[in-house]
Amino acid sequence: MRAFAHGGAWLPLVFYLLVATLFPFAVGPDAALLAKVGSGALWTAALLAALLPVERLVRPDIASGVMDQLAIRGQSDEGIAAAKLLAHWLSFGPLLMVATLPAAALLNLDGPTLTRLEIGLLLGTPGLAALGLAVAALTASLRSTGALIGLVMLPLAVPLLIFGASSGAGALRLLAATSLLFVAGAPFVAGAALRAGRT
Amino acid sequence: MTRLALEGIACFRGGRLLFEGLNLSLKPGEGMLVTGANGVGKSSLLRIAAGLLAPAAGRVVRDGAVALSAETSALDEDQTLFAALAFWARLDGGDDEAVAMALAAIGLAQLAQVPVRLLSTGQRRRATLARVIASGAGIWLLDEPASGLDAASLNELAAAMAGHLAAGGVILAASHQPLGLEMREFGL
Repeated sequence: MRAFAHGGAWLPLVFYLLVATLFPFAVGPDAALLAKVGSGALWTAALLAALLPVERLVRPDIASGVMDQLAIRGQSDEGIAAAKLLAHWLSFGPLLMVATLPAAALLNLDGPTLTRLEIGLLLGTPGLAALGLAVAALTASLRSTGALIGLVMLPLAVPLLIFGASSGAGALRLLAATSLLFVAGAPFVAGAALRAGRT
Repeated sequence: MTRLALEGIACFRGGRLLFEGLNLSLKPGEGMLVTGANGVGKSSLLRIAAGLLAPAAGRVVRDGAVALSAETSALDEDQTLFAALAFWARLDGGDDEAVAMALAAIGLAQLAQVPVRLLSTGQRRRATLARVIASGAGIWLLDEPASGLDAASLNELAAAMAGHLAAGGVILAASHQPLGLEMREFGL
């Protein structure tokens, strides 16, 4: 089963780095302050960056007839959704993890914080990808979604944000659990949405 | 044995009942042309036959794989025509040779290496038909296959359809224009 990953993939990466660059300017050169809020700032940036590709995940394939052709060939809607989820994560997850290295330097994060952040991103970005895919499938039949995608996705992503940015003991485990829940559920939500939107 | 049968089909679209009690049966080698005014439900009928749209009543019996040619080509714009067709052919269990033969049958062989986004409207239409030919499916569902085609291409379309029927396939086509082929007509 092939997953589609089209161009424009640099946008989340560039956005993420942009936020990481702007944050020190906005907050001031207080190194200790930056180190304290840096993790949270990068998580917020990751969340917003994950929003950007969502519109292009499902609707173009419906419009071009690709979804119909896959359905005719007996491909399950959930299977298509799962493949798209994987492709979507691959298009921004690893990139953000790599970009976190220079970003951490800009925000004066120390080694342990950086490691924790990277593990958190590894666990949490699949959950963000899952949310993005589900929202894309749900809004695919709408004419112009505008801010709707953000409005639906961001509240659901808040648990990932809280657990990811938290430095508490069990936070990473809660992050993994939430992410896993989203990843497990998204193909079914997206599959049902694709079926419901099919006319 | 390829077969397509629609029994007691009713179609509900946009809050309106388009048609009901529709019966249709195609055995190997049979083709049928669906005619009717715009908006009467020809495309919906084809989508029901393809299994993309659930009928409000009745059932569809399909024996054999289905290929649908509709408005959109579903071909990747950035790839060459050959590569885009090969993607679907591979999903259908075919190979590069099936794609080459399909392109030759529809007269697009010389455009095989052209990116899909550079094709003209008529060429895209023919590329969609090439996709149907390359699929090797027994049941062809064609929605306005002749639209945008010039005289030479219409001949190639008729030849391809005749060949498919002769090989025991089944065709259900919706068209305003005559397709140059002797087919039973079904007025909606």
